[in-house]
Amino acid sequence: MKLRHGTFSYLPDLTDEEIAAQIRYALQRGWPVSVEHTDDPHPRNIYWEMWGLPMFDLAEPDGVLAQINECRATFPNHYVRVLAYDASLGRQTTAMQFLVQRPADEPGFLLTRIEGVDRTQQYAVTSYATSRPAGSRYVSG
Amino acid sequence: MTIIEDGAKTKERWDPGVQSYAGMGYWNPDYIPKDTDVLAVFRVAPQDGVEPIEAAAAVAGESSTATWTVVWTDRLTANSHYQAKAYRVEEVPGRPGEYFAYVAYDIDLFEEGSIANLTSSIIGNVFGFKPLKALRLEDLRIPVAYAKTFQGPAHGIVMERELLNKYGRPLLGATIKPKLGLSARNYGRVVYEACRGGLDFTKDDENINSQPFMRWRDRFLYCMEGVNKAMAETGEIKGHYLNITAGTMEEMYRRAEFAKELGSVVVMIDLTIGYTAIQSMAHWARENSMLLHLHRAGHSTYTRQKSHGVSFRVIAKWCRLMGVDHIHAGTVVGKLEGDPATTRGYYDTLRENHVPANPQNGIFFDQDWISMPGVMPVASGGIHAGQMHQLLDLFQDDVILQFGGGTIGHPYGIAAGAEANRVALEAMVKARNEGRDLLREGPDVLRNAAKICAPLEAALSTWGNVTFDYTSTDAPDVVPTAMPSA
Amino acid sequence: MTVMDTPNGFGYPRPSATGPAGSEPEEQPAKSVTLADDAELDLSADEAAARVEQTLASLDAELVGLAPVKRRVREIASLLQVDRARRRFGLTSSRPTLHMSFTGGPGTGKTTVALRMAAILHALGYIRAPRVHTVTRDDLVGQFIGHTAPKTKEAIARAAGGVLFIDEAYYLFRPENERDYGQEVIEILLTEMENERGDLVVIFAGYPDRMATFFSANPGLSSRVPHHIAFDDYSYPELLQIAGLMVASENFRFDEAAHQAFSEYLSRRMEQPRFSNARSVRNAIERSRLRQARRLVELRRPLRKEDLVTLTADDIYGSSVFEDSTDKSG
Repeated sequence: MKLRHGTFSYLPDLTDEEIAAQIRYALQRGWPVSVEHTDDPHPRNIYWEMWGLPMFDLAEPDGVLAQINECRATFPNHYVRVLAYDASLGRQTTAMQFLVQRPADEPGFLLTRIEGVDRTQQYAVTSYATSRPAGSRYVSG
Repeated sequence: MTIIEDGAKTKERWDPGVQSYAGMGYWNPDYIPKDTDVLAVFRVAPQDGVEPIEAAAAVAGESSTATWTVVWTDRLTANSHYQAKAYRVEEVPGRPGEYFAYVAYDIDLFEEGSIANLTSSIIGNVFGFKPLKALRLEDLRIPVAYAKTFQGPAHGIVMERELLNKYGRPLLGATIKPKLGLSARNYGRVVYEACRGGLDFTKDDENINSQPFMRWRDRFLYCMEGVNKAMAETGEIKGHYLNITAGTMEEMYRRAEFAKELGSVVVMIDLTIGYTAIQSMAHWARENSMLLHLHRAGHSTYTRQKSHGVSFRVIAKWCRLMGVDHIHAGTVVGKLEGDPATTRGYYDTLRENHVPANPQNGIFFDQDWISMPGVMPVASGGIHAGQMHQLLDLFQDDVILQFGGGTIGHPYGIAAGAEANRVALEAMVKARNEGRDLLREGPDVLRNAAKICAPLEAALSTWGNVTFDYTSTDAPDVVPTAMPSA
Repeated sequence: MTVMDTPNGFGYPRPSATGPAGSEPEEQPAKSVTLADDAELDLSADEAAARVEQTLASLDAELVGLAPVKRRVREIASLLQVDRARRRFGLTSSRPTLHMSFTGGPGTGKTTVALRMAAILHALGYIRAPRVHTVTRDDLVGQFIGHTAPKTKEAIARAAGGVLFIDEAYYLFRPENERDYGQEVIEILLTEMENERGDLVVIFAGYPDRMATFFSANPGLSSRVPHHIAFDDYSYPELLQIAGLMVASENFRFDEAAHQAFSEYLSRRMEQPRFSNARSVRNAIERSRLRQARRLVELRRPLRKEDLVTLTADDIYGSSVFEDSTDKSG
């Protein structure tokens, strides 16, 4: 399974040069950029762990790439994403969000159905990875 | 407002019988519109022999206090306050016999938070008025004071993105085809395939309600099975616009509640249900954290022809006030009516916080939306992956691109069609962000993306050359004039 | 209307390609094929060389004196040009080490020269933007454990692709306190400076004697900083010349007596502690403008252009430099 999360999840994983180009686009618009990671890829897991605070007032993407690399080195089997934030009036929300690392093995999600009355179903999506405790997910081998 | 003190004139004004509308105070070229006035501009085509000013005054009169004759009961009111005032008339460039009439309405004429009331006044009787050959409401300035009495979009563009956890790109959708006749099981299959292939949304068509071949409840059950299966398969949030349009409000609420019970993120209504029903559903949608999709079914009967009706830019304004989250607003490049400049005016009206007057896009008045959330425009009808660069260049990120035929008609199947669209979109967004010139390099970007995505390759060779190239009927009257070459 | 080739896209106004600093079209280091052994390369025909020459010329025009500094800057520029040429012939492949130290008293033009140096490095393609990010100890050193690394990395991130100018760099090193976080900054900087692929240029600046101590205590750092430029204090005539230029550049002039007064002022001020060369001259002129303004307002008569541009001896003698001495002598 390949997790479809963020803007470029149907393209081949971005190279560092491609990541830098996207970050440059954000910086040129004055958007601060941040790095986040998780081992719980549930589509409604909004709050991934922050890798430090958002980086404000950068001119070049180098500093963000350095943080991405540190985050990758610390969590080689986590999902890592880059976000850009647009603080302008009327937006005040995330402007970009894309993956920069995915675990080698992605087990995907279990769809659970609970039969209700009158043919209704209650659905739940559960990541197979989260059947293990946090910290021991996505350990390959 | 000039107050006519002259005794003789006063007598004349209130004499029983028939008087000119202009003479009754509905024409006032000195009037300075107040910030709280609702301002309208009408395209008026007077009958032969009717003066343009009198026609404008008649429109002001018939859409506010007047009737065909003088009534003494007017004198029991502060009549001049309630009268609409036509304050400007100008010829329409290049269209002899047509005039733009500007009319100001005092805010007291309208009930707070009621589009039904606003429209009953402004487009109520006047469009059938005999002294006019034809009449069109071109634009409407909603004063801030009146806009504040409306809920506005149940969620709006920003909240929709946060609900879906999707940022920085247009969203993708598709309408299930064929429009009519599929059984619930087959219908849900299309939902599942399109969503798992890479679309964010699928959509009921406007006339899918609860017919003998597929009853609404069965459709909801099977569609949600498809949506949830696709979510588990991709790990991203999906939705199907469940059309809850029905014969009565009670039935619509019943369907909406059931959609909520099944965990849908979005429901859908048609413009044909009427303004009050739309407002009711918008309130329900906000209370229940449900996105509200509006299909503008029927609008072309009165928006398309320039001579008579209501411009879609006015409908768009009403829809933002009424509080829908999505509305179809044209594609420019697709199969349905849409002049580029006029369409741009619609998109600005739906999305921007402040829309300055811009006659080149058909926008007559400054409109301040006082931070009322934007409505996500939907581009739907005859568009395909081969136009992705044009679509992204035209509409930017805050739009839902709907490829119905372009998904479901894909030679490799529905999921492949969806994937082709998604890959084309992501490749194009990536290229744009990298600073590439979409209109020039777009076709190259698509071809390169197709090298790593066989379904896109197939889509490009199937539809690459399809265009709908017809002259628009509703282009702005003001066009940028080129310097005459000597 | 042909719908398919509609030229006017719409949506948000599209920001131009030139966003904030550093986003201008980039000059990539020449990546062309290696030249043949018998090929010829005309340095003066190089477009980048022309820009370097322009920068050096403006440095000459802008700064009074500083002949040794200008000579060193020109030498470094030539070295880099030749390095570029050698690379074209395949004689060099590694990127030269470009970190520098600027030593000299306050107000001797270190910051101005740093800006010009950034322009030269950019013209020759060694950095991506002619940008200088200036920091001091407070911008780099944190106040608690775990605070320093992010602060330093943030400063490096902001300077990325340009020049990081560390003023009074020796404050990073406090040998008397073993647990001072400054040491952590030095280590992070060293890692960054040793990064072969990086294009960050670090300039350390400060008083000569203290910089010498700093480098001898940090040999690792010292070995990564091959270029040293010493900024001498300005001489008395140079400072007078600088004062004249500053006054003229703001559309003022000293009258005869004011000239005399300012020379007197300068010789007294130079004897006093905390004299900061050009910076002290600028401050003195700004204070005399204040006194001129007060004087003009108190005239209570219509003013002529002549009044507005003239700084008089009174405007200079109002300085505390004279008060102190009269107090002492009288």
